Amino acid sequence: MYSPSFYQIAPVIAVCASLAAVPLIALSGSRPNLREFWTFLAAGIKFAMVFSLAGWVLAGNVVEVDLIRILPELSISFRVDSFGMVFALVSSFLWIVAATYTIGYMRGLQEHAQTRFFICFALSLCAAIGVAFSGNLLTMYVFYEMLSLSTYPLVAHHQDREGRAGARKYLAFLLGGSVGLVLPALIILFVLAGTLDFAETIQTGIVPEGTGTTMVVILFFACLFGFAKNGVMPMHAWLPGAMVAPTPVSALLHAVAVVKVGVFCTTRVMLYVFGIDLMDELNLGIITAYIVSFTIVMASIIALTKDNLKARLAYSTVSQLSYIILGVALLAPAAVQGGLIHIVNHAFAKITLFFCAGAIYVATHKKNISEMGGLGRVMPFTFGAFAIASLSMIGAPPVGGFITKWYILVGTLDAGQLAIILVLLASTMLNVGYFAPITYKAFFGKPPAGVTYEPGIKEAPLIMVVPILVAATISVAIGIFPEYMMQFVKMVIP
Amino acid sequence: MIDQVPALIIIIPLFASLFLTLVGSLGHRFSYILLIAALAATFACSLLTLGLVVDDNQTIQYRMGDWPPPLGIELVIDHLSGVVLVLIAGCALLTAMYSLHPAKQDNPDRLNHYYALFILLVTGLLGMTASGDLFNLYVLLEISALSSYGLLARGRGPAYFATFKYLIVGTIGACFYLLGVGYLYIMTGSLNMVDLTALLSQPELQESVSVRIGFTLIILGIWIKMALFPLHAWMPNAYSKAGTTTACLIAPLMTKVSVYIMLRIMFTVFSVDYIFNSIAWSHLVIYLASAAAVVGMIAALAQSDLRKMLTYIIVAEIGYMTGGAWVANASGFIGATYHILADGLMTLCLFMAVGAVIYRTGDASKTAMRNLFQKMPVTAVVLVIGAASIIGIPPTCGFFSKWYLIQGAAQAEAWVFVAALLIASLVAAIMFFRLLEIAFFGDLDATDEHEGSQHGHGHHGPAVAREEAPLSMLIPMVITAVAVIVLGVYTKEVVNYFIIWSVPVGL
Repeated sequence: MYSPSFYQIAPVIAVCASLAAVPLIALSGSRPNLREFWTFLAAGIKFAMVFSLAGWVLAGNVVEVDLIRILPELSISFRVDSFGMVFALVSSFLWIVAATYTIGYMRGLQEHAQTRFFICFALSLCAAIGVAFSGNLLTMYVFYEMLSLSTYPLVAHHQDREGRAGARKYLAFLLGGSVGLVLPALIILFVLAGTLDFAETIQTGIVPEGTGTTMVVILFFACLFGFAKNGVMPMHAWLPGAMVAPTPVSALLHAVAVVKVGVFCTTRVMLYVFGIDLMDELNLGIITAYIVSFTIVMASIIALTKDNLKARLAYSTVSQLSYIILGVALLAPAAVQGGLIHIVNHAFAKITLFFCAGAIYVATHKKNISEMGGLGRVMPFTFGAFAIASLSMIGAPPVGGFITKWYILVGTLDAGQLAIILVLLASTMLNVGYFAPITYKAFFGKPPAGVTYEPGIKEAPLIMVVPILVAATISVAIGIFPEYMMQFVKMVIP
Repeated sequence: MIDQVPALIIIIPLFASLFLTLVGSLGHRFSYILLIAALAATFACSLLTLGLVVDDNQTIQYRMGDWPPPLGIELVIDHLSGVVLVLIAGCALLTAMYSLHPAKQDNPDRLNHYYALFILLVTGLLGMTASGDLFNLYVLLEISALSSYGLLARGRGPAYFATFKYLIVGTIGACFYLLGVGYLYIMTGSLNMVDLTALLSQPELQESVSVRIGFTLIILGIWIKMALFPLHAWMPNAYSKAGTTTACLIAPLMTKVSVYIMLRIMFTVFSVDYIFNSIAWSHLVIYLASAAAVVGMIAALAQSDLRKMLTYIIVAEIGYMTGGAWVANASGFIGATYHILADGLMTLCLFMAVGAVIYRTGDASKTAMRNLFQKMPVTAVVLVIGAASIIGIPPTCGFFSKWYLIQGAAQAEAWVFVAALLIASLVAAIMFFRLLEIAFFGDLDATDEHEGSQHGHGHHGPAVAREEAPLSMLIPMVITAVAVIVLGVYTKEVVNYFIIWSVPVGL
């Protein structure tokens, strides 16, 4: 415990640590080891700050910091509460893990423009924590945009035709959603409510009473689809396109930071702007639940058809993200808890899967699942971790994903939505369908005809394997000991 | 002495212009220094005046030669005109600094005459802003217009022809304005704005058809001058053929000052009640403004000439400001006024950056942007900041003006205008990201032959030599870009200290 004034500064340091690292990274571009040191230093400081705040928040405090009052009635402000803490802890911790892995990956493949890569990475982490700690919708919007822009060069990293097409699509969806839908919704909300600060509790929201139903519905759906990073169909198409980025980007950003920011913003708005009462009254929750259920099932079906490993993982992400929104949309306490804890569970599992995909690529230069038969025998750690993480996706004990499924199922029963149970069942089946064969073939299969492996394939470098194992181990740990993270979730909704 | 500062804002550049015509034999450098010194003095005076206005929170009414109005010439400087004066003087000063190399390149002979016209134009713009009298406003309007014809015609290629068209259209606009002022004079017997306000509030004049015709003519004249869609056709050609410095001076300022005059006529000479209740055109004008925003941006998207693209963006921005002024609420008015400042800075920023590219490459099309980040990194960053502001990305000032404009439109339930603003932003985003992609990664079609080897692994393409613009261009450019961000971050202060005071009664 530090003095309260420390906790006023800590969120600012947590957000700005990676921002401050940017010039240092840029200046030490010719000395890679020094450059990577700055990344680690920033990541370490960031996590330390977030972690110290976590203790403070657990003690029942909420930190509110008013940074600058930018319009007479609006300010850029931070608010650190248990809801934001879940996401902040996960993403700041995973940055350390991912940074280690990234170094191995980028050097292993001798990628170009590594300095630019690390700069953009640091910027996007600044934006991600900024979103987690933002105290009102304007701040959230500002950091949301910052994240879209700072990840653009990462998606376009390869600079070839495919990379640029992916990056264009990326921006088109993300900016189209945020400028075209979220921004007007924000401003209209501001005109109606006179404030954009999040509500104190999740019950009431800030939409004033007497607002026309049509208007509320329009605003709600503008936010649901406008935060396109959440991957709700039909706004999901950018995510598979963004898979042209180097794998560490797909791992940390397109499995954790970026997509979770989308989901975080969506759920934050659902709970703290509209509020449970209003959503319940207008049946917005259940409509949303059906919309995202469609995404869950449809994305899983598409994933079945993909042979490219990263594309399959991308569609799996689309599907899993909607679990989070589904949980919150059901509005029953257990379901909301299940949805929010899935931010954590999915993050650790999915980053493991992407790390594995990258390790396979670095070791063998294989991208397609059909070419991976038998590889598990030469890369046991990688594929072992892959197997564990896919169990989490499926929702089998003892991995984290099980906790999610359990809570959401309980919540579904509480809410009396039997149709949703069918969706969950179908999705679980589909998950088994597209994850199990990969592991099975890797360990027990043979290389397909016509594919020959170069002799001497072995595990990827240690600097990549260790992060994989760390992430996989934590995936299991949060399945067996979910209590630490659940504390935060239970503070949001007891 | 300090009481005379308002007059100096106009007198200094006017006399500098006269001197500049005479000093040709003293060489380029001398004219340049004289220009900078005069504009710096003007800028200082305008800052001082703004300080006086803000200090006492009251309007300065300066009588030329101590003749009392309505007969004498009166300068009226309040919060709104004070801040616009600072904008004009500041932009002109930056452009003058910037002009050291490109102006010499564009005007190898008679640079001093070019500079004389340059500062005469600034005199006209400053005078229009400070004038408290409709007829003086016309005189100064013509001064600035005539000097702008002279400046624009010195451009490249078919600039003569484009300028001739502009001359015709501009003169028609000025005639409309003068005719309208004539009607008002016949009806009221006064040309002084404050005087007119009182006279026009009489009930019989509120109903008078002649006054209404006068108002219509004045507004039409101003719309032609400010290139409101569909009266904008003269502008893209005239501005895009101009010399580099000329474009930097005229494009950001001329139209903004016209918008300022529109606000003055609407809310100082006439009243909120007259504009929105007696005339009640606002629905129509909002449609026009929305069309301007969308059509302007889409037309900009279609251009391959960089400066033509920027001028079409101005057409769109004019739509923003017009819409903001006509949605009839305080947020819209604040948005429109704030956008005068924001747009002045961000278009200056873009025109300067593009000017530097043209100066270095001699090419004004999109291909000139190839590998800009490697060749001219500072210019490229300035371009990015300007572009971000046009798109409306926080924390640049473009975001906050858009915020107020959309807020105003939403309050007025002018959904067409909300949609137009959003569509225009999205189109701007497409336009600039296409441009930046070329600037950042090079032109893909040109590098197709490398594609096989260029899979992004350890391969950098042919090394591009660094060829940054000269320092005299970079410094003003960077200042402008910083100003775009600073204005954005200090939006609250700008609104609270300057703009809120000028929100007309009744909005």
